[in-house]
Amino acid sequence: MLTIIDGGRAVDVEARVAGDRVLLTPEALREGLGWELHEGTLCNDSMCVPLPAGSSLASGGPLDLAEVAAALDRPLAVDVVERAVYLGASARERADTLRSLLAPDFTLPDLAGRSYTLADQRGKKVLLVAWASW
Amino acid sequence: MWQALYEELKAHAFVVITVALDKSAEDARPWIEKASPTHPSLIDTQHVMADLYNVVNVPTVLWIDERGRIVRPNDVVFGTDTFKHITGLESARPLAALRAWVRGETAGYAPTEARSLQRLPTTADQQARAEFGLGDWLARHGRPEAAERHFVRAGELAPHDFTIRRGSMPIRGLDPMGPPFRAMRDAWAAAGQPYYVPLPDTRG
Repeated sequence: MLTIIDGGRAVDVEARVAGDRVLLTPEALREGLGWELHEGTLCNDSMCVPLPAGSSLASGGPLDLAEVAAALDRPLAVDVVERAVYLGASARERADTLRSLLAPDFTLPDLAGRSYTLADQRGKKVLLVAWASW
Repeated sequence: MWQALYEELKAHAFVVITVALDKSAEDARPWIEKASPTHPSLIDTQHVMADLYNVVNVPTVLWIDERGRIVRPNDVVFGTDTFKHITGLESARPLAALRAWVRGETAGYAPTEARSLQRLPTTADQQARAEFGLGDWLARHGRPEAAERHFVRAGELAPHDFTIRRGSMPIRGLDPMGPPFRAMRDAWAAAGQPYYVPLPDTRG
């Protein structure tokens, strides 16, 4: 088993570890991350991305998770001993969004567990403050 | 501080949203209860907002206009002068600028200027956030030794990101106000690097 953490959600899938590589079946990739291979592209419910030139993903063998992350342009942190991986957010996507100056939206809870969404404040000027007790 | 500012200015279609980058709501609770905020005071244990906005230290403040546009990117502003003797940053000027903007007396930055002041995340920064996220998950699932590897790796990849390097200390059982923090801050200063990076007009 392997735990894949993606977007704050952890999913357990079947996987094989070979050295520092994590190998998935196409079924595990679909279950764990929602991506499927279609003739040289990776697709999920909303989009398709082409595989990079020379990607081994097109070979028909087990799918190297590092190559999947590379194709998606996303960082992958791997712990082969604990069999857990974390798929992060693409630097390019984050940078492009910030460059657009449209404030990235988020929904977070307060102490009482009530959820607030930034976009609900449209029509007001917002001072957004990140702080911490540390 | 932020609460008083919100009460002072809320009649101008203005809101303060604070986001605590703490490992748990309980860590942030005493400060929030003391402030008794009437504005949204949110808890971000997974650093969702830090990831979206490339926040690398606290405090970090941004101005967002009525249309949801960033008109002043990441800046370092304290609500009071309590820590001025340590930080060298005064609150009066940036808070005066904020008041003027909220009252409609001044505009924020035009897009070109706002973009020129942004610091965008690199591939290494996002790899660091992924390592931090994995470390955090491992720590929460009772695997502190494995977690430590990823926290250390995250700090190596993004040595300027103190939401990772200092923010991970409470998760790792290190005192974020004590010797581990001071050693980290002193080493960073000795390397000629600033711990706080305010915008030029805040720095003065």
